[in-house]
Amino acid sequence: MVGAFSPSRITDWLIPGRELFLAIHVAGVACFFYIVAKRFVPLIRAQRDPRFDQPWSRLRNVLQYWLFQWKHPRYKFAGTLHILIFAGFILLATRAFSILIVGVVPNFVMPGLSGRTGHIYNVITDYAATVVFLCMVVAIVRRVVFKPARYAVPAKFGKGHPADAVFLLSLIALLMVADSLFAASQAAGFARKAEAAESLALLSMPWLLQAAIASTSLATLWVLNVSAYLVHELAFYFLLCYRPFGIQFHVETSLFSIYFAKLQRGTLKPVRWDVADANLDQVKSFGVKTFEDFTWKHILDFYSCADCGRCADNCPSYAAGRPLAPRFFTTKARDYAFQHYPVLGKANNSKPLIGTIYSEDEVWSCTTCGACEEECPLLVEYIDKIVDLRRGMIDDGNVPQSLQKPLKALESRGNPYGKTEKKRSDWIKAAEFQQTCKVRTADAKTRAKTLYFVDSITSYDDRMQSIGRATARVLGHVGEDFAILGSAEKDSGHEVRRFGEELLFQALRDHNTEAILATGVQRIITSDPHALNALRHDYKDLPPVEHISQFLAREVKAGTIQFNSVEDDTKVYAYHDPCYLGRHNQVYDDPRSVLDAIPGLKRVEMKRSKDRSFCCGGGGLMLFYEPKEEQRMGVLRVKMAAEAGANVMVTACPFCMTNIEDAIKVAGLEGKMSVTDLAELADQQITRAVHAPEFETVTCGG
Amino acid sequence: MEILVCARRVPDTSENEIELNASGNDIERDELVYSVNEPDNYAVEEALQIRDRVGGSVSVVTVGSEEDEEVLRRELAMGANSAVLISDETFVGSDGRGTATILKSFVKKGHYDLILTGVQADDGAAQVGGMLAAMLDYPFASLVNSIQVLEGKLKISREIEGGNREISEIDLPCVLSIQTGINEPRYVGMRGIRQVASVPIPTLGLSDLGVETASVGETAAKVKRVKYFIPVLAKGAEMLAGSREENAEKVFELIAAKGGLK
Repeated sequence: MVGAFSPSRITDWLIPGRELFLAIHVAGVACFFYIVAKRFVPLIRAQRDPRFDQPWSRLRNVLQYWLFQWKHPRYKFAGTLHILIFAGFILLATRAFSILIVGVVPNFVMPGLSGRTGHIYNVITDYAATVVFLCMVVAIVRRVVFKPARYAVPAKFGKGHPADAVFLLSLIALLMVADSLFAASQAAGFARKAEAAESLALLSMPWLLQAAIASTSLATLWVLNVSAYLVHELAFYFLLCYRPFGIQFHVETSLFSIYFAKLQRGTLKPVRWDVADANLDQVKSFGVKTFEDFTWKHILDFYSCADCGRCADNCPSYAAGRPLAPRFFTTKARDYAFQHYPVLGKANNSKPLIGTIYSEDEVWSCTTCGACEEECPLLVEYIDKIVDLRRGMIDDGNVPQSLQKPLKALESRGNPYGKTEKKRSDWIKAAEFQQTCKVRTADAKTRAKTLYFVDSITSYDDRMQSIGRATARVLGHVGEDFAILGSAEKDSGHEVRRFGEELLFQALRDHNTEAILATGVQRIITSDPHALNALRHDYKDLPPVEHISQFLAREVKAGTIQFNSVEDDTKVYAYHDPCYLGRHNQVYDDPRSVLDAIPGLKRVEMKRSKDRSFCCGGGGLMLFYEPKEEQRMGVLRVKMAAEAGANVMVTACPFCMTNIEDAIKVAGLEGKMSVTDLAELADQQITRAVHAPEFETVTCGG
Repeated sequence: MEILVCARRVPDTSENEIELNASGNDIERDELVYSVNEPDNYAVEEALQIRDRVGGSVSVVTVGSEEDEEVLRRELAMGANSAVLISDETFVGSDGRGTATILKSFVKKGHYDLILTGVQADDGAAQVGGMLAAMLDYPFASLVNSIQVLEGKLKISREIEGGNREISEIDLPCVLSIQTGINEPRYVGMRGIRQVASVPIPTLGLSDLGVETASVGETAAKVKRVKYFIPVLAKGAEMLAGSREENAEKVFELIAAKGGLK
């Protein structure tokens, strides 16, 4: 392969520029590492966050969410575009490096890419460069001409940077053109010298460019080749060093963000990873108050966000016009990081985040529904950050008056309403109910196999007590040996914790844990998804916990529960997934299977269902919070059900029931839309042997 | 500025279902939840905010029993510099004047520029603040809903008819009774209370204050509570059942018939 006119000689074209190319290489790489080192500073000053465990699960995430772009197809067009670009980048990486090296080391061939393999690789990457170029054109047209609503930045959240996006897309397009022109001019040179030229992939951009310049002189081809090289090199390093200043930094950081992503759904991070609950008294400050109070992973998240807007697009808070959108929550923090940790100059001391980049209402607006986290292609976390900010506000005493009362009541009475403990089991004493179903309270003498954990709203709220009674009757119907805690039960503390009052939560948790363990039950059932999540993920060492919908689904499958057919055939049902049953605990199919087991029940799906379910407005303390919003989340949700053609909404959470009932009234849909709880519907439809239901007596928990 | 806030522990009316005891002269207290009297909490918050603006310290005092230490602890957690519990068997059963006499002795022992009380205790009669001011021969202003510190005096306001504000100046030292809504009291969490759990709260009694036995306690009280009663339930309300328009018209007629509309 050596000789005056050997194909490889053509790369000698670059020899006159070697010193220049080398200088650019060194400058580009040095610049990039300097910037990255600067970007590392806040990560090092940040809080601890142990994310180095479970390497296999993390690698699995990398394969699934990074390499296979798992979340991207949720947005079909943008997702497909991204997958093509990502695949192109992965394929082109080696080619780009080879080109860079060829400028300094003539005749360089990447190990393993010589001969036939190299030829195949070249053909593939010819097409890859073409596809990436076309994707850039499409992406630019999309941003400039079609302007998807999701990219808009409402004035209250700051200014958008549409020109920046187009600039970056153009640069990548330029990089692809330079890459192709380099290959084309080289191939044309070979052809000119009648060498056995490397044939370019048919109809690819390099092929087309080669065809266009085929008849030019060798001298021109030389100029083109060297110019293409230089443009490629400059564009490459410019992009490399410019990306850490904006949304494209995710090209570098996404791999790490995804590897270190949170692995457990429904959980919350502790106040400090390195401090045990018992030693929390020694911690000087709780939660996030300044930027450095975030953990390093959370700051990495800020860097990684690609500002694709999918989180905000799915965020009920944003949809309702509250002052919170996850997207801007992140971009504001990123801007803050870049401003306070500048690439040139010293890092300046941080001010409190509340009042500078975040407003109080913004932080309280989140219902922790998890729609943003479910959607994010880069697995950026939000709930832990919001809760950490709330912990900081609680620690500073900065809590809305509307929340202070229920918090105080939870502290003194164990429920947010301030009602007395002995009234906690009043719901089982309703005269009519007691005649058909006697619910036992677990104590020293009464032992049961199963505990029904009722939680505050179902215990005290007049309307929700009916869910409690339906649950008890259903349990009784199948002869489940169950009991309740009665006055020994306190609020599960699920929202107490998510509103940042960690120590109050721990007091409630410790009380309930002791009370539950004292009963010696083997399992726990609840009809409240918030209690389910708390007992499952926030408590420790409890017997297994499940939601009544899971219990029902199993009993239906086993045939122990059978349903009468629906009498009113004008009813069309839509199941609304409660956030803490669905997204946070992955129970999507059980409630649906129960509904589908009811003969004659017509069921439709809302456009936003299962893991894209739309939060009703939030539970627990969120019911007391007075948000600044344009409309209620519940109203939006009820309209979605109406749009799907439903006239009965079925849910499986007492808070959803509260919000949706209110929303039906606010939306003016009374009489046109109704809502029922899955347990209530099951109780109503159950086929009870021989007698009519009103005459049947079940010794509940017998 | 040295600020003293007089606070009290009262049954939390928002958290309790109040019932009368058998003899009808008090409420059933066994299962009640107590908390700091709400207007007193606003007074403490206001004192803390003034201190943070102009410097000085905030002390909180309560006249009561050992159980009342809980509210002092809460105010310490809010940020008060010190707290004192005034407790003595001879003080039990004091009327408003008796309580004011006790507080006067306490105030005389220190040097306070400003004394704040809540506008009224949930189970009180809004009298101690005024009497305390008179006994000290200090100026007094009630229902205060904003405070601005000037040189040697304060600019204060209170709400008058129609949501208007009346602005006054008052010389220091003085006594003010604070209206709720003057500020947004900060939240006191479990953590705050735990952090002040070991802060000592001194208890002062009759001899510490030099109060004359004859001027306090049940024997000295000239106002005595005789009885509580629950008003007889009137006849049920009239429920209007009709469309929104019909109901509006009916309501209009009813109000007009009773002379509410002219």
